[in-house]
Amino acid sequence: MEKMRMNVLVCGGTGCIASDSEKVAKNLEVIIKARGYDKEVSVVKTGCFGFCEQGPIVKIEPDNIFYVRVGAKDAKEIVDEHIIKGRKVERLLYKDPEDNKPISRQEDIQFYKKQLRVALRNCGFINPEDIYEYIAAGGYEALGKALTQMTRDEVVEEIKASGLRGRGGGGFPTGVKWEITKKQESDVKFIICNADEGDPGAFMDRSILEGDPHSVLEAMAIGGYAIGADKGIIYIRAEYPLAISRLNTAITQAREAGLLGKNLFGTDFSFDITIKYGAGAFVCGEETALINSCEGKRGEPNYKPPYPAQEGYWGHPTCVNNVETFANIPVIITKGSEWFSSIGTENSKGTKVFALAGKINNVGLVEVPMGVTLREIIYNIGGGIQGGRKFKAIQTGGPSGGVLTEKDLDTQIDYNSLLEVGSMMGSGGMIVMDETDNMVNIAKFYLEFTMDESCGRCTPCRIGTKRMYELLNKITSRKGTMADLDALKQLAYMVKDGSLCGLGQTAPNPVISTMKNFWNEYLNLIKDEDHPRGEGKYVPKNKIGMKS
Amino acid sequence: MTKPQAISVTEPTGEEFPKEKYDELGKFIDGMETTKGALIEILHKAQNIFGYLPRDVQLFVARKLGIPGAEVFGVVSFYSYFTTKPRGKHTISCCMGTACYVRGADKIIERIKENLGIESNEITEDGLFTLKDVRCIGACGLAPVVMVDDKVYGRVKVEDVDDIINQYRK
Repeated sequence: MEKMRMNVLVCGGTGCIASDSEKVAKNLEVIIKARGYDKEVSVVKTGCFGFCEQGPIVKIEPDNIFYVRVGAKDAKEIVDEHIIKGRKVERLLYKDPEDNKPISRQEDIQFYKKQLRVALRNCGFINPEDIYEYIAAGGYEALGKALTQMTRDEVVEEIKASGLRGRGGGGFPTGVKWEITKKQESDVKFIICNADEGDPGAFMDRSILEGDPHSVLEAMAIGGYAIGADKGIIYIRAEYPLAISRLNTAITQAREAGLLGKNLFGTDFSFDITIKYGAGAFVCGEETALINSCEGKRGEPNYKPPYPAQEGYWGHPTCVNNVETFANIPVIITKGSEWFSSIGTENSKGTKVFALAGKINNVGLVEVPMGVTLREIIYNIGGGIQGGRKFKAIQTGGPSGGVLTEKDLDTQIDYNSLLEVGSMMGSGGMIVMDETDNMVNIAKFYLEFTMDESCGRCTPCRIGTKRMYELLNKITSRKGTMADLDALKQLAYMVKDGSLCGLGQTAPNPVISTMKNFWNEYLNLIKDEDHPRGEGKYVPKNKIGMKS
Repeated sequence: MTKPQAISVTEPTGEEFPKEKYDELGKFIDGMETTKGALIEILHKAQNIFGYLPRDVQLFVARKLGIPGAEVFGVVSFYSYFTTKPRGKHTISCCMGTACYVRGADKIIERIKENLGIESNEITEDGLFTLKDVRCIGACGLAPVVMVDDKVYGRVKVEDVDDIINQYRK
């Protein structure tokens, strides 16, 4: 790498590419070259900066100037004014929504102030298509340390002590999962990276893979060493072409650099990674379904036990971890479990990435320490509700989670507290809704999704979600009766109790939680002459499955 | 709502594909280290070559791998990425992810359906467009989002829909 006086970082995440950031980068390159500065100024396409609402984003280093909503036409001004003359282009700076003053440094923007970037540490900082930039940022140091200075038990202990829990939604302690897989006696074991991000509205895994693919490869190798696996598989959605291409580039580069393959770091540990493509099925995020899909079959979940750690991919012990979980591993190994566990709350350590979307001013990817409140995320980082309207609800955990309302805004976010208030962490999608949204429609929207995605293996989920959807349809078209509301509630608990896997067990959550928090909105849709509003006298004949 | 895909076993299979396409697929399968667990990968390749997965192609894969055709169809029908119907020249994907939904994607897709006169997963009579409702392409900052082939249109308004589609009519 040549030494450059200045780096122009252009966001190359899917969000910014969609608003033409590739053209911005191209124009910058052409103009810089035309002005004869290409020997001292380089244009770097990075991963996602997270501030998608303001994309495309261009950051100039080392001046630390942060430009937002840069169009292809703005390239000339950036080069001529900033790069050549050293003058900031004021009109492209982010304006503080409160006093409309321009802010030039990234860390001064409200959106970034409360964030702490651990899993996203390299996103928007390095060129994801160049392994040497990753290495220069401390990459593969953790793998070297684990292989040469730590025993397999020590690696497992370190991860256990850090308190890291699965970031895909389940929240199972990662170290414990590794320990169980390590204990299995078998010559062949696998470590799988779950990159089947199916939750609509969550895109952190994609951003990590696009912005920092090597961190995942490195972590998988560390995990492989710890549990005794020499093969890794990344199961990724076919809908993420950019992430797939960056992963392929990263794997090739790592093999060439000897960081994947035989005898890593001169030890007798060998490790390699292959990619398997999903084909669009939400249920494949469930680990047993994912393994079935890796084997080329229908992605239907299995009964557990046996757990994948005991009998997984082709019957061998298999450890499945999520992308964001993996992204945390290298930092824990280099900085130590004590550092990691000093962040967060009692039962949830570290940080969590959330995809903030919906009716909020600053849509984007945010990473915060566990334990911040929803209020801080929505009003400080998110910049409040669009158009100055009133906050109504926030859905966390995607189609498996529930809605939280005004009264929950001061809840500290961690795995346990979200469950207590009737939602869940999930993979980290956060959809904000304002006063104009009808919650029954939102519940119907989520249910349509889970009904579509139900794999059909078990009856409560296959038929239950369909019947629930039909009832909701009847209610939203104002033909519903009180009896329908009761039946809907009853069905919801039946599906929850009777389904085989997580998809079915959580599918009714949006209905249950909107019924709990917004019962009036359901009642308003009911036209029932026999039963005046709120006084439904329907008594179900069959009480099996009734809980409430 | 996505309609289940069906293959009729009594009707003629329709399009005849040139032998070269089958040869290409056959070569790909022969070149694999192992076909164990590779069915999904093979179907991805097949859809790349043929554009979709009609009955004949599914049966070709089944015979080649020595597995029942039902097993292949089972996998094809399970995953939404695989399609058994030919696709139009352009694929219009309307994002129906949650972020787009709360910002009005339902009205956008209604307008697209009106304009094209088709439902999701159908092809227009002139063979120009296929409409798909997709779940989140991850550009939530630009919601609501419509994608035509690989080009993403962000912050789409109902009144923009006709203009976007007309660009591809020429």
